[in-house]
Amino acid sequence: MKLTLGPILYYWPADTLRRFYEAAATWPVEVVYLGETVCSKRRSFRFDDWMETARRLAEAGKEVVLSTLALLEAESELKTLRRICGNGEFLVEANDMAAVQLLSKAGQPFVAGPTLNLYNPRSLEVLARRGLKRWVPPLELDRQTLADFLQALPEGVETELFAWGRMPLAFSARCYTARAYDLPKDDCQYRCLDHPDGFTLRTQEGQPFLAVNGIQTQSALTCNLLPETAEAARMGIDLLRISPQAHHMERIVEAFRRAVAGEEPPELEKRMPAGGCNGYWHGRAGIR
Amino acid sequence: MQLVAPAGTLPALKAAIDEGADVVYLGFKDQTNARNFAGLNFDERRLAEGLDYVRSRGRQVYLALNTYPRPRGWKLWQAAVDRAAELGVDALIAADLGVLDYAARTHPRLPLHLSVQGSATSYEALRFYHEQFGIRRAVLPRVLSMNQVEHLLEHSPVEIEVFGFGSLCIMVEGRCLLSSYAAGQSPNTHGCCSPAGEVRYQETAAGLETRLGGVLVDRVGKGEKAGYPTICKGRYQAFDKTYYALEEPTSLNTLDLLPRLHAAGVAAIKIEGRQRSPAYVRQVTRVWRQAIDACLAAPESFHPRPEWMQALGLVSEGQQTTLGAYHRTWQ
Repeated sequence: MKLTLGPILYYWPADTLRRFYEAAATWPVEVVYLGETVCSKRRSFRFDDWMETARRLAEAGKEVVLSTLALLEAESELKTLRRICGNGEFLVEANDMAAVQLLSKAGQPFVAGPTLNLYNPRSLEVLARRGLKRWVPPLELDRQTLADFLQALPEGVETELFAWGRMPLAFSARCYTARAYDLPKDDCQYRCLDHPDGFTLRTQEGQPFLAVNGIQTQSALTCNLLPETAEAARMGIDLLRISPQAHHMERIVEAFRRAVAGEEPPELEKRMPAGGCNGYWHGRAGIR
Repeated sequence: MQLVAPAGTLPALKAAIDEGADVVYLGFKDQTNARNFAGLNFDERRLAEGLDYVRSRGRQVYLALNTYPRPRGWKLWQAAVDRAAELGVDALIAADLGVLDYAARTHPRLPLHLSVQGSATSYEALRFYHEQFGIRRAVLPRVLSMNQVEHLLEHSPVEIEVFGFGSLCIMVEGRCLLSSYAAGQSPNTHGCCSPAGEVRYQETAAGLETRLGGVLVDRVGKGEKAGYPTICKGRYQAFDKTYYALEEPTSLNTLDLLPRLHAAGVAAIKIEGRQRSPAYVRQVTRVWRQAIDACLAAPESFHPRPEWMQALGLVSEGQQTTLGAYHRTWQ
């Protein structure tokens, strides 16, 4: 089983991004996903910066995949999407059907991200005919459903499981970070920069419930499938995705490396912003 | 421009048709559609009666089959597609790639519409569904501004249907897991947001609490009205304040935009609310029928009448309405 580093879901400044990927080049992950998937106003890295980072990581031996925006509204966003899909060097993760359309038209193989809503093998077959190489199942699928899928997977398609991170649960036209600051989205003053892991929403009795990340709503709790690594491998999962967070990343990646190698991994309870959960995997509410 | 009205029950269907809906949309009584609630939707007998009522008046029926089957449920969705084709519905509204693929290959004469649950917000995404499955129409998620809708229509390969009125999903439809995160069932998999079996109302010293899957969604004081615990409409804490962190309860109402939607070439206006009462359907369909007729007769001089707005305000969630994403400032 390979380890992958998912796209950074938060808004980090350019120098933080540079330092992060310099370090990541030395971590035991085989695949690195790069690019902005949440909000097109986040521009600490432009297309050329991402490409430069991609080449550096490729030189360091990583497989690089460029990830695309999940919610497309404006023509300018389609323009950026066309540039990414036509990059000519790296595989692309499609997070919306617009990307699937552009990539399949161009005869490019692609990865299907978790927002493509692939809930049954027949859907996968539709995309397999159009160049699907790898897919990330919707986050709410349980292990039994995944096991059913793995029995019926189209030839040559790999499965990548979202194994660590605050889970993206919903996308909106509205920005909830701007809303919290009483700012219009058009003049958000880039407040997401102040929240490198999003900010936690607690219920009125203090339970950490959701995390706000601009237009994306996440789980406050970190999905943690570290204890399920061996079972995932037995089922035939090909890759485990670690979704980046602001701190402790090297330690988290190392824990997964050990687990995949069959060694006893260290405890990660203290490495999550607000605690962990794995309910979806067990067929329960995600928060459990 | 068609008026497409919701029919969660046979009385609602009749109310919609009596008040002048061009089309009613409905679902089977199971999890194959995105309004899978107890007491709603159509079994065989009611469906036969409903179809007869609609057809004898020269109107149309669309069947919503817009959830996402998982491997073990596939046969139920497949059978539902076959049944829809057999019944000769005027269109099948679907979202899942597998369901669309099966319908297009097995029943090539069954017209397909892409459901709002398909989350297609750009003409490139619409091209995909059009080229793959020959969809004729798509329902847009409630996330685009009016300018963006107009731009999309200029390039769209298919007809476009938009939501005109009803409860407002503030998340992109088809991409919201909030319900399953708290309560295990989501619109995508089970066709329901905030399943009733997971809802609790509890009177406490601190106020009336509403919970979903045990999670405290809101707590209201005396004199405040407690809403149904939908996660996106709850009050939560951050930055030392308790507030509607995502959205206040409100309804979408686009009557003001009707001439622009018409000029842009929108094929149909959809009314949300298969879970609402026949009285709601009657009231809303009546107003929108009058409004669309007035708009088609004289688009330049169209203005929503005060009595229309008042009537719609009375049936709105939270008694407030908004233009939603159509208005740039909302985005």
